[in-house]
Amino acid sequence: MPVNPEYEGRQYPPTAPYSVGREKLREFAAAVGSTHPAHHDVAVARGAGYPDVVAPPTFAVVVAQRAEAQYIEDAAAGIDFSRVVHADERFTHHRPIVAGDELVTVLHVDSLRERAGITMVSTRCEIFAADADGNPGEPVSTVRSTLAVRGEDA
Amino acid sequence: MSAPVLADLEVGQEIGTREVVLDRARLVRYAGASGDFNPIHWNERFATEVGLPGVIAHGMLSMGVAAPLVEEWAGDPGAVVDYQTRFARPVPVPDPGTATLTVTGVVGALDPEAGTARIDLTVALEGVKVLAKTQAVVRLS
Repeated sequence: MPVNPEYEGRQYPPTAPYSVGREKLREFAAAVGSTHPAHHDVAVARGAGYPDVVAPPTFAVVVAQRAEAQYIEDAAAGIDFSRVVHADERFTHHRPIVAGDELVTVLHVDSLRERAGITMVSTRCEIFAADADGNPGEPVSTVRSTLAVRGEDA
Repeated sequence: MSAPVLADLEVGQEIGTREVVLDRARLVRYAGASGDFNPIHWNERFATEVGLPGVIAHGMLSMGVAAPLVEEWAGDPGAVVDYQTRFARPVPVPDPGTATLTVTGVVGALDPEAGTARIDLTVALEGVKVLAKTQAVVRLS
């Protein structure tokens, strides 16, 4: 099934909160080789003015991909994951993600562009700190991602 | 190392270079840490069945391992306010064996008004770029 063009422009409701754990940030930092102590040592992070250990710049992908799953795993969207290549990724941090954050994400399907049998699927995750009611509050990060989906003939 | 000062930087100045060695264990570790369990990153049979030369690294791992060069140069991981890349070529990771990425950063642009420097990163495997337009915007004092 080809990529369903009707999803272009779609905006999803905010996700359930993602709780950013201190050990998760340490684990992710170790996996990408981010050895700066602000990722690992609470005292160093606080000394640098952060409330807790700081996420590496690409950690937001962990939060974003959970939101993106709402779209990608929707069979009606027509995204065959065996035909998908990751084309690009961009993180814009309005402030660093830190341990203790409760993050809610609003997923947008920004554009679906087809050319030569390949559909470029561009999504945007707006990640917010949850307010007291669990709704989107302070903007934290914007994650833009493009997948290239090969058609049946490509 | 003291933090770089925006006014002292020049476009074209190199910020450093480092090598990152990837093996299958590293891919499995990243899969677990990131939650990206796509089998093309750990299962040779699956990877070849979908037409790849073999297991390849997560694009997000190649992007992720390039960031520490910038973080350490800046002296503050939270100073990286924007970070983007395009995934140009897959990074096959043999077993047994390793794939070594070479990461190099240069000052690409300076914006004194915004108080930021753009670092342009080159991420290459055996001299061939695997990422394109890899840019980190860093807030400096």
